[in-house]
Amino acid sequence: MAEEEVKLFGTWASPFSRRIEVALKLKGVQYEYIEENLTNKSPALLNYNPVHKQIPVLVHNGKPVAESFVIMEYVDETWKHNPILPTDPYEKAMARFWAKYIDEKLWPAAKKVVVTKGEEQKGVINEIQQQMKNLEGELKEKTFFGGESIGFVDIAANIIIWLVVAQEALGMDQILDEEKLPILHGWLQRLLDDAVFKECVPPKERHLDFSKVKFGSSIASK
Amino acid sequence: MASGSVADQEGQVMLLGFWFSPFVKRVEWAFKFKGIEYDYVEEDLTNKSTLLLTSNPIHKKVPVLIHNGNPIAESLVIIEYIDETWKQNPILPQDPYDRAMARFWANFIEEKVSEPAREALFSEGEQQEKKVKELKEGMEVVEGEAKAKLNDKTLFFGGGHGVGYVDIVLGWTCNWMETIEEVGGFKVLDPESQPQFHKWMTNFREVPFVKPTLEPKEKLVEFFRMVRKDRLGLVANK
Repeated sequence: MAEEEVKLFGTWASPFSRRIEVALKLKGVQYEYIEENLTNKSPALLNYNPVHKQIPVLVHNGKPVAESFVIMEYVDETWKHNPILPTDPYEKAMARFWAKYIDEKLWPAAKKVVVTKGEEQKGVINEIQQQMKNLEGELKEKTFFGGESIGFVDIAANIIIWLVVAQEALGMDQILDEEKLPILHGWLQRLLDDAVFKECVPPKERHLDFSKVKFGSSIASK
Repeated sequence: MASGSVADQEGQVMLLGFWFSPFVKRVEWAFKFKGIEYDYVEEDLTNKSTLLLTSNPIHKKVPVLIHNGNPIAESLVIIEYIDETWKQNPILPQDPYDRAMARFWANFIEEKVSEPAREALFSEGEQQEKKVKELKEGMEVVEGEAKAKLNDKTLFFGGGHGVGYVDIVLGWTCNWMETIEEVGGFKVLDPESQPQFHKWMTNFREVPFVKPTLEPKEKLVEFFRMVRKDRLGLVANK
């Protein structure tokens, strides 16, 4: 049997490297985790991802893969059990569409909402509410976006947790409100209850402190 | 043809597009590469059809592929769907690692070349300078990759298989970049510092299924000049 070497370079507070942890754990892949210090990146990281110099990077038998969705697709194609993408090409296309939507629309808005104030912030909040409604339209009555089990879009949507924690840290009203967004709210609770997924979120207290430090100062200085 | 519900289009392969859109062209290249027949519907930017708005309610943009009544949006998502549905002439490599590399570079091109180019086209002053700088940096990396992967025997990023995913994703540059430069009033193309990229552009333009699809520069320039004027006019003038 060939020796399999899998390494994941990440940081504890990055939703993007946490996504890869979920994918690997769902498939029971053994891996070595390397915690990077982004203010002092290791020579290994710079060597494995010279283009972006960013985490996450997955290194499989010495070969590096970067960019979280690219890595997730690679993991799914390499370890075929417990698939995270559907097999049907149309369903697969839908999953890729919504994952892209999350990264290209929801994530930038989430980053913006915690560093804006007043009217500008209100505008971004409305944007996010609409985006979350769109996601509810995709989720409908399913347990997860992936159906009965966690899939590609559920993993991509982990960034919602980062938004929720940041809002809590700043004492903001939660955009993901049970009354306004009951479907997505219910989904989030199920996601956080999932045995594998819950191992792949930053410890709450530490994450709150981290968010307070990261976003609190930018609000105070405005 | 442009009206009617999505459900009416059973058993058809239909592409909603704009003649001037590089993202639509990509999807057409994917179809032509595989020899797939499709119905093309020209949309009106100022008067989007009900079919478009119901097929892509989230973004309301082209390209949209409607296959057997099912709509798919986002050019890269559409291309992967095409590759998985029609198996002849594969666009993406078979090996998972090679596929990951192709997807990595497709993402890079979108983030560091396509996006800054579009933003440079529709901005001016300091904002445009910033985007042009980003675009130049992106082009430098592309030149580096072209230098590493291409030679007299390997003309395309698809490698031994000829044209591939990365070529189709980057392909828009071979026709639209000059237009964007002229309309936006800046220069990023430089044959001296980008020799491999320029060789690739020359070769890609000559690909039999690409050549007849390339719109004349004057036509593109006239059109984008008008769009740029409109977009900048929406922002407060000096």
